[in-house]
Amino acid sequence: MPLKRAEKTPMPVRDPRERALDFGEVNRGYSAAHAVFEAERCLRCQEPICVDGCPVQIPIPDFIHAVATGDLPAAAKILRSANPLPAICGRVCPQESQCEAECSMTQHFDPVGIGHLERYVADWERTQPPALQSTPSRKEKIAVIGAGPSGLVCAGELARLGYPVTIYEALHAPGGVLRYGIPEFRLPKTVLNWEIGVLKAMGVTVVCNVVIGKTLTLDALFEKHGYSAVFIGTGAGLPQFLGIPGESLNGVMSANEFLTRINLMRGYEFPEADTPVRVGKRVAVIGAGNTAMDAVRTSLRMGAEEALVVYRRSEKEMSARVEEYHHALEEGVKFHWLTNPLEILGNAEGWATSLKCQQMKLGPKDASGRARPIPIEGSEFEIAVDNVVLAIGTTPNPLLTRTTSGLLTNPKGCLVADEHTGLTSKSLVFAGGDAVTGAATVILAAGAGKRAARAMHEALAARVH
Amino acid sequence: MARILETRRLTPVTKYFRLDAPLIAASAKPGQFVMLRVREGGERIPITIADYDRAAGTLTIVVQEVGATTQRVCALEAGDEILDVVGPLGSPIEIPPGGHVCGVGGGFGSAALLCLMHQFTERGDRTTAILGARSKDLLILVDELRPHCNNVEVCTDDGSAGFKGFVTQRLAQLVAGEGPGRPDHVVAIGPMAMMRAVAETTREAKVKTLVSMDPLMVDGTGMCGGCRVTVGGKAQFACVDGPCFDAHQVDFDVAMRRNKQYVKEEKQALERLACRAAREAH
Repeated sequence: MPLKRAEKTPMPVRDPRERALDFGEVNRGYSAAHAVFEAERCLRCQEPICVDGCPVQIPIPDFIHAVATGDLPAAAKILRSANPLPAICGRVCPQESQCEAECSMTQHFDPVGIGHLERYVADWERTQPPALQSTPSRKEKIAVIGAGPSGLVCAGELARLGYPVTIYEALHAPGGVLRYGIPEFRLPKTVLNWEIGVLKAMGVTVVCNVVIGKTLTLDALFEKHGYSAVFIGTGAGLPQFLGIPGESLNGVMSANEFLTRINLMRGYEFPEADTPVRVGKRVAVIGAGNTAMDAVRTSLRMGAEEALVVYRRSEKEMSARVEEYHHALEEGVKFHWLTNPLEILGNAEGWATSLKCQQMKLGPKDASGRARPIPIEGSEFEIAVDNVVLAIGTTPNPLLTRTTSGLLTNPKGCLVADEHTGLTSKSLVFAGGDAVTGAATVILAAGAGKRAARAMHEALAARVH
Repeated sequence: MARILETRRLTPVTKYFRLDAPLIAASAKPGQFVMLRVREGGERIPITIADYDRAAGTLTIVVQEVGATTQRVCALEAGDEILDVVGPLGSPIEIPPGGHVCGVGGGFGSAALLCLMHQFTERGDRTTAILGARSKDLLILVDELRPHCNNVEVCTDDGSAGFKGFVTQRLAQLVAGEGPGRPDHVVAIGPMAMMRAVAETTREAKVKTLVSMDPLMVDGTGMCGGCRVTVGGKAQFACVDGPCFDAHQVDFDVAMRRNKQYVKEEKQALERLACRAAREAH
């Protein structure tokens, strides 16, 4: 297929019929020829507004220019100076609503494939010899709570500034939502492990199996363990349920449970791995965000014959990335728009058998700025299901806030933190990511982690002098 | 990683472990649990904390072999390491002081009474432990519990030791004022059927009763919701809101049904482990 200057060079993907049967990565990545061609589409604007669309402010035209001229070491260096997780962000960022939305090309043509190029450079970097080890040059120890996107980025940035950093992770492996939530076919664990390896080479220590708020208190990190500052990146891991009848039936689970069993615990390798996950023939996933797309596409790979998304609003209000939605359609996922679940019905043994729904129509805009779904009277119907997976959102985990005094949260349970610095209501305690914003994106969490790292550096410097 | 310092077979299917786990020992409280994982690709399982020694930095757990993972745990000996141990998780048991507290332990559940009864006895509560098993050989930790309780009542189904009958029958006698007398608070830890029977024994007499729920769990930190228990008509997460709940509010039908969700897979894993053991023996 000839490449066209007016169009974004398409990402090569695996055949939908083949890929929907395994957990191998869907996107294959650009070839060198693709990458150079795509990089040459960049107009190198005098005032690159794409950079403003990036939460970590990657100097986008600079790295793309380096790709165009074939200088991949320079491209990698530029990327990494702004974003400690380029191989991850290049895969999971919603570029269409961030950098690429701002691209000047979009006035007449497709935007430059910034995300695809970021991935290309980061993947090239992974084929190179590992970076040299570095050791911290400063004496103030910093603790990061949670090894998810915001914590990893914050730790990486602090290590670059010379601080000895320890990340405390509650689970047995680091990565947070990148490990338990995002499936292998979208973000291979080898990529995640490599990015974490880079942080370790920079001198970051990762301690798993420690729950701050349970194993150690936040105050003890300062008083007993000698940390000078703390960053909280505990995410929004608490799954929400609908509160409709039948949610305790067997076969009904949160998307977090479904995805954790498969991604973190490798349920797809059962019985080789020990954690099972039972997936029936018909799986209905409720919700239409990225987590819902991950869950519904995972169910196909686990052997579901029919994988459905049930969403009370319409296609237009869905919050999933465009690419995930398209991939789901290609793989045969069916979408029930304007469909509101009312009740889950089960058999005598207590297993879910059908989902009772109601047809909706769109009304005026609600508080979220999206059209409010309104029930259509008498439109109830049933969908036969074996599993119902709830992907209707998550809220911050209260483990830490329940056991820490003086840490303010808002009515939704999110930590109160300064928008620019991430400073919480406690001195020298900073926070960022979903724990502050509620469930959002990897890159917003990364941006918050990076800003907090800079603010921590300033706060510590001000204290010394 | 936690090093095993001491092990003891308590019965053919239960084993006592003392672990080197100073951080967990320093913050553990009665009623809490830990999550264990014994190998790469292994599952995470919740185990109730039996006892802890803050000064020595040790944690005691008792594991009953019910599935492939617990069999793997019980194959470990002193000097071995447990790959992952995280905790203490869940909320500690809270009971207002000054009353008569009765701990009811069924099978391996008796182990969790060690630190629990010690705490209540030490602060001046009157304490009774009722321990039950099918027969004398299956009773565990009776002598270890004696120094921590005012009274220890032993029950066996076959009458080979102590009271002949179920723990609930003896509990009913106490509730009626016999023996050490009516308890103000009952805490039951053991198999689901036993905890349910305890709830029924104390319901009418309105004796405040807590049960330590043992649902299927994946992460144990509030992340998956797989451990949800219906309490007073509402879904509660055993890993953060529990694991102890008001026994008279718990829907045991739902809890017992949910615990059977993976019976087929659990059996498959056990058979696979047995096959492997047989192969290795050859």
